[in-house]
Amino acid sequence: MKKLKVLIVDDSSVMRKIVERALRQAGLDINEVAEASNGAEALAEVQKGVPDMILSDINMPVMDGLEFLKNLSSLESAKGIPVIMITTEGSEARVVEALSAGAKGYLRKPFTPEQVKERVAPLLGGGQ
Amino acid sequence: MTQTHAQTTVPFDPKWKAIMECAALEVFEMMANVRLTVNPSPAEVPTGGQTAMVGMAGAICGMITIRCTRATALTLASLMLGEEAVSNPASARDALGELCNMVAGNFKAKISGLADACMLSVPTVIAGEDYSMDTAEPADGITIALVYEGENIWVSLVTHS
Repeated sequence: MKKLKVLIVDDSSVMRKIVERALRQAGLDINEVAEASNGAEALAEVQKGVPDMILSDINMPVMDGLEFLKNLSSLESAKGIPVIMITTEGSEARVVEALSAGAKGYLRKPFTPEQVKERVAPLLGGGQ
Repeated sequence: MTQTHAQTTVPFDPKWKAIMECAALEVFEMMANVRLTVNPSPAEVPTGGQTAMVGMAGAICGMITIRCTRATALTLASLMLGEEAVSNPASARDALGELCNMVAGNFKAKISGLADACMLSVPTVIAGEDYSMDTAEPADGITIALVYEGENIWVSLVTHS
């Protein structure tokens, strides 16, 4: 089973921990978790080392999730990294915008570990 | 040229109480893995040393709060984050704020026309019991009490009409 590096992007440190815990509870074999508190920090993290997957909040200060997606798509090294957006707002418009900008899926808070697995596992290819 | 955007207002509806119960129960069950019950007739006014609040602006303007004892907030945080949360008061505070944020988001997602028409603020958490919260009149509101291990967890919505 392939060990994964995941980048979790959220301005709330508690939410980053909750997402990491849900990934682990979902049975995903996470080897390394990188964290960023906004889109700008996340871009820097991606340039330091390409993750297997990114889970990103939409509403964040400095650079929000949608702006992050747009910037990410211009990074050659980031091509093909699946990004899942996480949202509390329940806003269909924001979700549609994120999917149009290249996100591969979204998770609406609240979520269960099972829902995390349902969304994440298909995007990680074999072994999960 | 000046453009104006008319904001549709969603009027307060007392039936939102059932929606709030559903929204809050879902959040606690999914994020803290606890099945709370609704206290049908709480005998007291909301109390507790930890209050999380999230503002709402747009089609409805107001605030959603969650209030509970500090001990309950710590327990909820440990259920959400693991035991490490118990030793870190900031984690307990932030976890309650995130719960409140999710209850607000889940609540508005269940009301037709509100999801895209109402923004949420970042959560704020008050520590302490000796305060009162006043809202500009006219205001409407609902308060529910959810029971966890014999303690009430108060969820309130106040809207400015």
